[in-house]
Amino acid sequence: MSEIITTPPVSSTGRTLRTEEMILNMGPQHPATHGVLRLELVVDGEIVVDVIPHIGYLHRCFEKHCEHMTNYQQVIPYTDRMDYVASMTNEFGFVVAAERLLKIQVPERVDYIRVIMAEFQRIASHLIAIGTYGIDIGAFTPFLYCFRDREKILDLFEMTCGARLLYNYMWVGGLSHDVPPDFIPKAKEFCTYFKPNIKELNDLLTYNEIFVKRTANVGVLPADVAINYGCSGPMLRGSGVDWDLRRDDPYSVYHKFDWDVCVGKGEMGTVGDCWDRHIVRAREMEQSVRIIEQALEQIPEGDVHAAIPKRIRPNPGEVYARIESPRGELGYYIVSDGSATPYRIKARSPAFSNLSVINEISKGAMIADMVAIAGSIDIVLGEVDR
Amino acid sequence: MSPQEILERLTAKFPDSAFGIEAKLDAPVDPFIKVSPQHIIEIAQFLRDDDELQFDFLSSLSGIDLKGKLGVVYHLSSLPKKHKIVLRVEVPTEAPEVQSVESVWKTANWHEREAFDLFGIRFTGHSDLRRILLPYDWEGYPLRKDYQVPEFYNGMKVPY
Repeated sequence: MSEIITTPPVSSTGRTLRTEEMILNMGPQHPATHGVLRLELVVDGEIVVDVIPHIGYLHRCFEKHCEHMTNYQQVIPYTDRMDYVASMTNEFGFVVAAERLLKIQVPERVDYIRVIMAEFQRIASHLIAIGTYGIDIGAFTPFLYCFRDREKILDLFEMTCGARLLYNYMWVGGLSHDVPPDFIPKAKEFCTYFKPNIKELNDLLTYNEIFVKRTANVGVLPADVAINYGCSGPMLRGSGVDWDLRRDDPYSVYHKFDWDVCVGKGEMGTVGDCWDRHIVRAREMEQSVRIIEQALEQIPEGDVHAAIPKRIRPNPGEVYARIESPRGELGYYIVSDGSATPYRIKARSPAFSNLSVINEISKGAMIADMVAIAGSIDIVLGEVDR
Repeated sequence: MSPQEILERLTAKFPDSAFGIEAKLDAPVDPFIKVSPQHIIEIAQFLRDDDELQFDFLSSLSGIDLKGKLGVVYHLSSLPKKHKIVLRVEVPTEAPEVQSVESVWKTANWHEREAFDLFGIRFTGHSDLRRILLPYDWEGYPLRKDYQVPEFYNGMKVPY
């Protein structure tokens, strides 16, 4: 990262120029903020001295809405709309929490289908993250490659539940319906097709000279700072912390699969820079394909609905369940008072905590690097603001 | 460590009743430990720095309206030890003051701002207690159970 320059600039005739700090607004309407995020930058010339994020432009009162539902199942479409590029994982987190509160066990086939869907969703979400990150840096072509492959995943989702973006597919106690018979061959076909494309994408973008120059040694996030700020997901792993909830706090059937947790090693610069966060996402896609392939082989036959009452009334109590979403630790804190209406639901969104560290990692950076740093956090404002 | 062992370690360190350590380990689903809002910072510091506990990760900090009382719930986990615990403090709605744990876990900064924004819980010692999700000029605390939706916002009628 560049040092803050303290000596004032000197003109060619030898006159010392006066410098002043000034405030520059980045957003809420700015393509590099990936939505309606406003960053108030205090800058000294080209150098960023302070960053004050202003969020809440997309606040849709998720938690308030939940307290007015008459059934736990009605919450699920709202969770879809939080992280709208990874809806499947949002549903997944909520149903895991609700099922733990209800103490019900879903049939094994349900768990397998959920894992397959969640991993496909992770690939789709990382493709967006990588594609748009390329655009932020100035590489337009990889974006088109990413969206071409993401379309194929969305086709699989559409084939399963009719929706391409907001699915309402995972329900408390099961799924809305089983996968169609030709889903499994099509999914296998996709895995075979997609694996070489990851390498192609890496050749095109990740190891591109310009991309490396723009991202390596920029926005360095040390591991202890990342943990203290509650960062999770690729943000935390990019800083070299070996932590993945799929392995370290297992839920569903993840313990049955063989896969690796990818961490940043500082191959191009310092551990925890923007490039490390990017490569973690790229490598996670390979691991997701590995999980999907194993799950497709092992998937058992059976019903996709657990025997649960039509009207869910959990016993009074509270639960906090967390899953690994593409962006990190997605937690749901549910409090029940024994009625069919949730008493309190809080969503702990990973992007909210990840974004809070932006001030720490961008001090001393150039304004142009702000784009690279903000993009590397991979925020979805729907989830930050809920 | 199990919640029982964590509780034992905590009560051994803070035996005084002023710390208000009280556990609901038999609670359905998730057990939690209740502590005093005046001493949360010392307890948080101990939980983070103790070699056996090492709660270095504050997953989530949520406000909750307990009808007559307001609560703050801390979901802690430890990356090296892989265990978790839930802390809770309760304060009266009329004077909702809780010590800020921002100096222990920086992530609490935004989470506490959110709890302040939606529940009106005041965190003493917080460096920047502003609203975070709602507009800065919003009145009232929407997630309190007695919240009335305002008829007007800045002179504009709110349609319902």
